[in-house]
Amino acid sequence: MKRRDFIQKSTAATVLAGVGGLSLQSFSPSKTKKITILHTNDVHSHIDPFGPEDGRNANKGGVARRATLVETIRRDNPNTLLLDAGDIFQGTPYFNYYGGELEFKLMSMLKYDVATIGNHDFDNGIDGLFAQIPHADFEFVSANYDFSNTVMDTHVKPYKIITKDGIKIGIFGLGIKLEGLVGKDMYKETVYNDPIGKAQDMSRILKEEESCDLVICLSHLGYEYKNNPNKVSDITLARATKDIDLIIGGHTHTFLPKPTIEKNSIDKNVLVNQVGCFGLYLGKVDFYFEHGKDVTADGVSIIV
Amino acid sequence: MSIKHILKLCLLLLIFSCASSKISKIEGKRLDIDESIKTDQAIDDFIKPYRLHLNKDMDSVISYAPETYSKSDGKLNTAIGNLMADAVYSEGNIVFNKRTQKNIDFVLLNHGGIRSIISKGNVTTRTAFQVMPFENSVVVAALKGAQINLMMEYLSKAKRAHPLSHQVQLILDKNAAVSSATINGEPIDVNKTYYVATNDYLYDGGDGMTFFHPNEGLYVLDYKIRNILIDNFKKTDTLNPKIDQRFIKLEE
Repeated sequence: MKRRDFIQKSTAATVLAGVGGLSLQSFSPSKTKKITILHTNDVHSHIDPFGPEDGRNANKGGVARRATLVETIRRDNPNTLLLDAGDIFQGTPYFNYYGGELEFKLMSMLKYDVATIGNHDFDNGIDGLFAQIPHADFEFVSANYDFSNTVMDTHVKPYKIITKDGIKIGIFGLGIKLEGLVGKDMYKETVYNDPIGKAQDMSRILKEEESCDLVICLSHLGYEYKNNPNKVSDITLARATKDIDLIIGGHTHTFLPKPTIEKNSIDKNVLVNQVGCFGLYLGKVDFYFEHGKDVTADGVSIIV
Repeated sequence: MSIKHILKLCLLLLIFSCASSKISKIEGKRLDIDESIKTDQAIDDFIKPYRLHLNKDMDSVISYAPETYSKSDGKLNTAIGNLMADAVYSEGNIVFNKRTQKNIDFVLLNHGGIRSIISKGNVTTRTAFQVMPFENSVVVAALKGAQINLMMEYLSKAKRAHPLSHQVQLILDKNAAVSSATINGEPIDVNKTYYVATNDYLYDGGDGMTFFHPNEGLYVLDYKIRNILIDNFKKTDTLNPKIDQRFIKLEE
């Protein structure tokens, strides 16, 4: 019986330790928690602000300004994540000269947490992307690109879970069909899988198996294809899936003045957002959490 | 309290504390990044050496333009388009000839691929980046004369100043049908194989250019269009492209 005794005791100690760890959050009575999600997409190597003579975006954008803005928001709420929805590369000579090194180094300095991969991130080939990975202190997610037969194998995960203030946030990535958009010699043996099917798997894993409180999809599928409504997009994705709270999109350079509220497959709200391109804007979505309270979906107030 | 009691209590606590957090409110907004936001000095200092190195290169003068050239300054051929197609011919043929001992017959590019004007004054490396920001490279397709005829049909229907090198003369009648088409002064021979340089985007069917397939072979030169422009401009003290007769439409 001695052995059994020992197991019981050690189990009790472990459980107590566990409860001790949780108690700080779980017993502070009805404390509201706030998670801030900041996001960019299609920055396309726009490191410097546009010049004063630019016809369209004069004096807008710039990484050094984005850094100030992100830092201000983080000071206000340390429980902030910074995400990017792909097409980090290509668009200014910075990319042609340095191959994306500066883009990744700056994103690391701004403390980006997670990014997904856009079609232009293959512009120097998959080897060109791989070569810059050491400069990225953030992680890449893609659930529907299978990189197992490429140099990028193990450098891209389907999803990433980050816990902030006890709130478990699951982030997965989706990429656009490469065939016809990117040369085969560029993406090589990267396999594109159906984004909707993968998104359904991901939301089940993140919500049901991993019990995430917040599920975010980083997508480079494009916002919506009005002339080709059957083409998979963030809007069709939102409608065909469940348990995703926020889809952060890219690719179509869609300037949404505010997030779109769509209904998912079980008629619950899902937010879709995209902030154009070139680092002209920063998207900001704040999620407020009530602990233990059963807030029904309709009870969630969405202010956009 | 026995261990059993403690365990039960812990279990209850765990169940209670595991009740997950629920979203009660969501707020979304878009923040402008503009002059009102202070520059982060540490970030800017980090960028500076990259910027200086790049600007030194980009602003180096490699040629001179006596006029401003735009892709909208001609109907079926433009000075800037002729300049680009002829540059692809001269620089591309050096590489092609060295590798194959053959010569390129002519070049076809696309009007939409001219991404910027060339302004009057100094021509810099930056100019080449503006005119050709994309990474497209030169490929040479071996095409039978029948395919060249399809190309001429395409050009007659497109009615756009798709750049052609000077070896081509394409004349459309007043109804925009092909009146005559010659390569190096010779009519197109359906049995002959022509070596046509273009960019990889068009070869893959971009801009509806389906006539590059089927073909008799493909030669990938691994030479970016932008680098061709830079190399060509460096060799040319003063750019002097002209609108000419290579692609015209008869008015009557």
